[in-house]
Amino acid sequence: MASGVRAARTAGTVAVEVIEPKPVVPPAEELFKLYREMLLIRRFEEKAGQLYGMGLIGGFCHLYIGQEAVAVGIQHALTEKDSVITGYRDHGHMLVCGMDPRRVMAELAGRVTGYSKGKGGSMHMFAKEVRFYGGHGIVGAQVALGTGIAFAHKYKKDGGICVTYFGDGAANQGQVYESFNMAALWKLPVLYVIENNRYAMGTSTERHASTRELYQRGLAFGIPGAQVDGMDVLAVREKAIEAVKYVREGNGPFVLEALTYRYRGHSMSDPGKYRTKEEVQEMRERHDPIDKLKALMIAEGIADEARFKEIDKEIRDICNEAARFAQDSPEPDPSELYTDVLVEA
Amino acid sequence: MPTPVLMPALSPTMTEGTLARWLKKPGDRVKPGEVIAEIETDKATMEVEAVDEGTIAEILVPEGTEGVKVNTPIALIVAEGESPPAAAAAPPPPRGAEAARPAAPAAPRVLRPIEPLEESWAGAKTVKLTVREALRDAMAEEMRRDPTVFLMGEEVGYYQGAYKVSQGLLDEFGPERVIDTPITEYGFTGLGVGAAMAGLRPIVEFMTWNFAMQAIDHIINSAAKTLYMSGGQMNCPIVFRGPNGAAARVAAQHSQEYSSWYAHCPGLKVVAPYSAADAKGLLKAAIRDPNPVVFLENEVLYGKSFEVPDVPDLLVPIGRAKILRRGRDLTITAFSIMVGKALEAAERLAAKGIEAEVVDLRTLRPLDVETVVESVKRTNRLLSVEEGWPVCGIGAELAALVMEHAFDWLDAPVVRVTGKDVPMPYAANLERLALPQVEDIAAAAEALVARRI
Repeated sequence: MASGVRAARTAGTVAVEVIEPKPVVPPAEELFKLYREMLLIRRFEEKAGQLYGMGLIGGFCHLYIGQEAVAVGIQHALTEKDSVITGYRDHGHMLVCGMDPRRVMAELAGRVTGYSKGKGGSMHMFAKEVRFYGGHGIVGAQVALGTGIAFAHKYKKDGGICVTYFGDGAANQGQVYESFNMAALWKLPVLYVIENNRYAMGTSTERHASTRELYQRGLAFGIPGAQVDGMDVLAVREKAIEAVKYVREGNGPFVLEALTYRYRGHSMSDPGKYRTKEEVQEMRERHDPIDKLKALMIAEGIADEARFKEIDKEIRDICNEAARFAQDSPEPDPSELYTDVLVEA
Repeated sequence: MPTPVLMPALSPTMTEGTLARWLKKPGDRVKPGEVIAEIETDKATMEVEAVDEGTIAEILVPEGTEGVKVNTPIALIVAEGESPPAAAAAPPPPRGAEAARPAAPAAPRVLRPIEPLEESWAGAKTVKLTVREALRDAMAEEMRRDPTVFLMGEEVGYYQGAYKVSQGLLDEFGPERVIDTPITEYGFTGLGVGAAMAGLRPIVEFMTWNFAMQAIDHIINSAAKTLYMSGGQMNCPIVFRGPNGAAARVAAQHSQEYSSWYAHCPGLKVVAPYSAADAKGLLKAAIRDPNPVVFLENEVLYGKSFEVPDVPDLLVPIGRAKILRRGRDLTITAFSIMVGKALEAAERLAAKGIEAEVVDLRTLRPLDVETVVESVKRTNRLLSVEEGWPVCGIGAELAALVMEHAFDWLDAPVVRVTGKDVPMPYAANLERLALPQVEDIAAAAEALVARRI
């Protein structure tokens, strides 16, 4: 391993040491890309929240606001061979995988132009062409599925890895450990990213996890892990590059825990009684990943306020267009009710 | 254009709420995500956040107002450089409940004319094979044919299969394609489903279907539903197989019969063969099928020998029943091990002058309704036999289907012979009583034929 994450193996045991040097600042071009991607998620999610409020999006809708640095930072360590799978808080991952914001929004609105023709909704979208495998609504299910996608990468010897995202809540699921065991046993190319946003729905890690160093959860299986500041996109990117390298080199799985925070409720109907407003405010004002990157780019003289205003306008236009596209698209035809149940041979 | 802030719906069921408090007043600047008001519903107090940047131009609904309908404009925000409007913008047209709902199309359960069951191998030379050998040969042939096919499960490799079904496969295909798993059904089933989504064709063996209850979430939620949830994009070509139902003296946790559980679920195909030829031909078809297939075997049948057509590529179509014995007096439907018992009962009935038609269902989803209905239209009586529990079983479904499609042809109510409605007992005498026996089938058939409307 390169600096940042160190895993030492002695007689079958793994020791993990986390050290926190300042992340390397990538070239300006990449900084702009990271900034745009985070902002796209932020604005897209705000727009989705607005459409939900208007009744255009129904059911469950889990917004990614606050956690943007995780999906964006990780994606910058991946190549076109790699695949991604996640749980139900999935809009951010879809957007950074390169899925069309218009079709994602259309799916949220239950329209035929959506990625699943309106049959999946917020939690169930897929895009084989960018190797995004969903979008899964059962807590922890994506961990076994992602391990299977990694199995397929190894079986086909295609050089790809599978990034499998899950939250601190899913980290307690039994199938996570069944998957860890097989992934380590068979040295599968899977990077487990635990997005620890401190709350499993409304239950804090203090109240749901017997051990809260979630990056150590793989140690019993010989899987090394590391923790990273998930509110710092450069730190996530850097750790992800190291972790991806470790996995791609055939060493088996790796657990990367990103300490992050969601500003919004678990879903839309979240009364927010399990945490204080001050806590949320503190994270928003002092640890926001987008503000942090912007401040760095200004301090480094890479961009000025006017440039950021331009970017904001571009992103806003994309999100408004996504909302317009969704609203203007028709609902699926009633004849779609019975299609896609089985592949007709 | 000023942007109206609308009364939001903050849960899937909210239709109205109380505007409890304004945190901003006209003239205040707001940023996206900033809390501008609090609303209350019967469940909770929630915050309304600004979506756009700008200045509050006007508050349209004062705080304390109750029963504010979702989508009512509650304030106006103007962007930089805009002037406040003269009048409130109209809310968007209502959607959802108010919108006229077109009637859902009828379920596509229209009976097709039956095409003759074509068996190209009819008249071919046969070889005697046990069901166990037939299943192994099916897997071996498909693994030779398609390198993406692999077998995984507990003891499928070095042990040669807990019931020896995978005997010899490890030697031929190696440990990369014949994979011994830990005893973790939920995990390895999910792994198999993920591998199938990523383009492989896994055969997942359960040591028995009883243990698949640990994995049923992945069978249903991940394998069966994903094609639909992805709008047809993400299919899952996978076979889940293993012995189903009672073996002998293994008590309740190792004896359950799962046909109706899986047959209930759209997105799956469910197969339960009896003969070695069907076991082979249907398993080969299942492995090639682009959908998830639940393949229910029977431990007692593994060692039973049948004549199997000796042809290079024996493929039996999924979804077709087979009439094994013609008769005019009643139709007996059965699947898996109960087919043998039904055939035996038919022999006994014949000795008494009752001619039973025996239909081997072979596939339980999609059920070959046409063949059953066509048979019942000739015999006017239906006796359904299954090893599983009666409640919501395959027989219950057949009774409903025959009522829907052949009501006027029935000369007597449909009768079911099923496993008894109890967990499987261990004691030999009780176990025998709990399972349908040949004499139960024969007696039920006699009573059914004796009944006149």
